[in-house]
Amino acid sequence: MKSLIKMVWTEAKLFLREPVGAFFTLLFPLIMLFIFGTVYSNIPAGPGSGGPGGIGSLIPAFMAMVIGITGLMAITITMATYRENGILRRLRTTPVSPLIVMAAQVAVVFTMTALGTILLIIAGKLVYHVRFDGSLLSLAAGFILASLSFFGIGFILAGIMPTARTAQVVAMVLLYPMLILSGAAWPRELMPAAVQKVSAFLPLTYVVNLLRGLWFGQAWGEHLLDVGVLSAMLLLGVVISVKTFRWE
Amino acid sequence: MGKIVQVNGLRKCYGGTVAVDEISFEVQEGEIFGMVGPNGAGKTTTIECLEGLRKPDAGTLRVLGVDPQQAGQALCLQAGMQLQQSNLPDRLKVWEALDLYASFYPKSVDWNELLIRLGLEEKRNTPFAKLSGGQKQRLFIALALIHDPVLVFLDELTTGLDPQARHAIWDMVRDVRARGKTVLLTTHFMEEAERLCDRVAILDHGRIVALDTPETLIRNLGAEERVVFIPGRPLPPGFENSLSGKVQLEVQGERVVIHSKNDLQVPLVSEVVNLLASQGISYHDLRTEQPSLEDVFLSLTGREMRE
Repeated sequence: MKSLIKMVWTEAKLFLREPVGAFFTLLFPLIMLFIFGTVYSNIPAGPGSGGPGGIGSLIPAFMAMVIGITGLMAITITMATYRENGILRRLRTTPVSPLIVMAAQVAVVFTMTALGTILLIIAGKLVYHVRFDGSLLSLAAGFILASLSFFGIGFILAGIMPTARTAQVVAMVLLYPMLILSGAAWPRELMPAAVQKVSAFLPLTYVVNLLRGLWFGQAWGEHLLDVGVLSAMLLLGVVISVKTFRWE
Repeated sequence: MGKIVQVNGLRKCYGGTVAVDEISFEVQEGEIFGMVGPNGAGKTTTIECLEGLRKPDAGTLRVLGVDPQQAGQALCLQAGMQLQQSNLPDRLKVWEALDLYASFYPKSVDWNELLIRLGLEEKRNTPFAKLSGGQKQRLFIALALIHDPVLVFLDELTTGLDPQARHAIWDMVRDVRARGKTVLLTTHFMEEAERLCDRVAILDHGRIVALDTPETLIRNLGAEERVVFIPGRPLPPGFENSLSGKVQLEVQGERVVIHSKNDLQVPLVSEVVNLLASQGISYHDLRTEQPSLEDVFLSLTGREMRE
């Protein structure tokens, strides 16, 4: 326990010292909000808002974007680099278990993702007075499920890719279409029907659907498919992450 | 527990290549034991089998009384390891690394004191990536010592360091022994093995070709001792006949070289100096050339120790 706490604290400091990671998690969503917010506020009835007030629907979409970025990029790059550089090799000669190493990453990246999300919600409330019709507790639960289910992908990629460079490239190849097609960057309703069909195969689509539903106060019962897909990802993610973990 | 490490018939292959071929040795409590040999001799494979990082193909290993493959955490708790290839996160500061690694063990030493002992106290807030090669190695030694282990593994710890940093690290290793620890190290510097180790195993192509104290290895070589000097005036003929034992004299321009098999009771150099003084011959630039472990390796393998 002592080592887990110390490791979480150390990894949190390292995360914040890495400008790129901190930027994409904490500042990038805000910048996206301000850009899209400016665009949307010029169009009174926001296009494809999926709910009242166009900007309101951006917040859950950008939450999904942060989850996609941290799950696929932050975890993958950190873990793959730690392995490639021999940082894990050095840890291997200590009594520390792989579970502690992974748990520390999850704790830190989850906290940073949550921080990025909270900043996003506060900015939306203060600057654009977005409407929030759901329950905070429910939204938080959906956020936890969605982020943890995505972290698994990062660990698996880091575990199975031969080098840090390949892991990073594969993560980007997976991430970008997801950001564009899942509705995280702009509403799915604006996309052609064929593209919408493709997006049904992208995990991030389920995150967007669930979080947007919860944001607008829909019941969990209306999102059983999203919850099912994400829970399955979470379960598989934990099992495969532990199985694919390699010290070197 | 006299024998800290016991290796019996260790064998390890990678694909079709035999990296370690049936080697056996023991490390006694409180000694600095060195494995020396050229790159690819099997030193790192051997030490990593002992650390439990690699699984041997055959042979029995006992480290602190346990099999490293079965030991799990027990070995990590009692042995400190400095690896040939390992790293810390670039932005991790020196004190943070020590603080973090100290938290992994049920008991650890005061790392502030370690910092001072290893001369790193001025670097406590420096990120890992900004440290010099020697400072990184000292930090890795500190991490290997943080839980006060009884046995310390050091794999190629001075490779890539300048001579000054190397000497500082040697002092540190001697200090570790002085605190009653046992040290098992690998190096491809013969000079390092000769000056640092109590006993040395010379490895070549996965086999131990010699194992003893550096002094015994050199003495058993029966190699020549040479004294070289420039006399103030030409030596009288038959000068060397007044020296005891079987000696040869060679004149190279103004330089004189006297060789002898080092089986004499009195060192050759003192005989030569005494003889020169008694005959009133002045001399300058006198030096002796002693055989070294390098010569031992050469005579055992027929090859120079080259990287």
